[in-house]
Amino acid sequence: MMEVEKIRQEFPELGERVYGKPLVYLDNAATSQRPLSVICKWEEMSVKYNANLHRAVHHIADLATAEYEATREAVRDYLGAARSEEIVFTSGATASINLVAFSFGEAFVHTGDEIIVTEAEHHSNIVPWQMLCARKGASLKVLPVDENGRLRLEELPALLTSRTRLLCVAHISNVLGLLNPVKEIVNICHSNNCKVLVDGAQGIVHQRVDVRELGCDFYVFSGHKVYAAPGTGVLYGRAELLEQMPPYMGGGEMIDTVRWSGTTYAPSPRKFEAGTQNIAGTPTLRPALEMARRMREEGAEAELEAVKQFMLNKLQEDPRIRLFGVPEDPAGKIPLFSFSVEHCHHEDLALILDKMGIAVRSGQMCAEPLMDRYGVTGMLRVSFAPYNTLSEAEYFIASLERAIKMLQG
Amino acid sequence: MKTLKEVQAEVVEDFSMYDEWLDKYEYLIDLGRRLEPFPEDLKTEDRLIKGCQSRVWLDTRTDGDRLFFRADSDAIITKGIISLLIGVYSGRTAREIAEDDFSFVEQLGLRENLSPTRANGLASMIATIRETALRQL
Repeated sequence: MMEVEKIRQEFPELGERVYGKPLVYLDNAATSQRPLSVICKWEEMSVKYNANLHRAVHHIADLATAEYEATREAVRDYLGAARSEEIVFTSGATASINLVAFSFGEAFVHTGDEIIVTEAEHHSNIVPWQMLCARKGASLKVLPVDENGRLRLEELPALLTSRTRLLCVAHISNVLGLLNPVKEIVNICHSNNCKVLVDGAQGIVHQRVDVRELGCDFYVFSGHKVYAAPGTGVLYGRAELLEQMPPYMGGGEMIDTVRWSGTTYAPSPRKFEAGTQNIAGTPTLRPALEMARRMREEGAEAELEAVKQFMLNKLQEDPRIRLFGVPEDPAGKIPLFSFSVEHCHHEDLALILDKMGIAVRSGQMCAEPLMDRYGVTGMLRVSFAPYNTLSEAEYFIASLERAIKMLQG
Repeated sequence: MKTLKEVQAEVVEDFSMYDEWLDKYEYLIDLGRRLEPFPEDLKTEDRLIKGCQSRVWLDTRTDGDRLFFRADSDAIITKGIISLLIGVYSGRTAREIAEDDFSFVEQLGLRENLSPTRANGLASMIATIRETALRQL
């Protein structure tokens, strides 16, 4: 069993103080804190293995390349992918989605085709598809959510047509914290010859992910939300699709041969990894995912479960609070809570909580269409990680009460 | 009538009485609450100050060479901050405002203690007041 207090020792930032108060970090859905294992790997890569990848024959270039490729293998294993060629390194989930929007779009999307996104997507899973549709003369359709934030899955079959090429859905919404029924969505889409991209930015943190079990065609995530260095990210894509997709960017080691008469490209994944890669950052994915696995498997989740129940009870029993993303069953939600408080602006709450040492997010959470759907200008979001404690949740609720009193007088 | 610098010194002195940030916020919230009501029909797109996380409206009337400001925000702390600003600059001549260096805002310590996005909002409020004055010259 892993004690949460012991885990916390491994995350130096969690020991910081702000305005003289202990930092209570509840903005994990924006970015997570990093453990020493990640920081040390990052440093090691900068101090001992700093050489460019896949190019030179010298010793440290070999070591750097070996680290990079070992990371690819670790990510493959973590995601349950069949082949390491299916793992492409990017700078983050946004870059991964843009890559698919361009390359899949070039290969498979034509005038009159359709793409589906859900109403609860992050802008990063909306805008690249709008850009693709504008480029190709395709149309973007929206699968709505109900008042509780749950996807209206029953509307999906009617949305799908013979022209629908791709559906894009978050594994877990960054605003609602609800788990989407990805497997069901994949089944419905595949029986309609429609591919599925899953935005795993939140999912990778809170779920065991097995891409073959999910059956999705693409799965993307960012390193920085799952304890790794910023500027790291992953695109999983099924091999037969990646093979048919043209490169997104040209240059560097993504080529096979370059001649004035024309250039041929390296096979995936190098085809999609143009330019110098994040040499120091990407290898941190290995210890980061190891930390995610440890926290999930070695008992830290018990405290997180208690945090979730406590927060759900407190927020749902308070008549002043409107919680967005109400699960049918608590198991369908991660400890991420977006809500509004009557007569209190979310920004005022965040500002006061900040001075109490609590880091939360306020605003539109990169999901303006969802804000419009609920008719709000923003929300307050608190998002917990497995290193957060029940006493932090209790301090949050007490502080929220104090902030509301200040604002309501 | 007190000079602009005298008024600013008073505001800085009032604000510095509070050591704790939560007390400073209480003070700003109170200022925000006491701000005269802002007519709903003035909440137009062209009166919105760009660059703030919350919505802030600023309305300007002129009387001779003097400028009179009214403002509102949907966030109460922001409303307190804009109240503090217009309390200083409302009723001043366009020249006085345009020639002011706004350094009293630094003395309040608001800028470094508000989040960067909020500090941007503060900068936008100041820029809007200054530009309004410059247009009158």
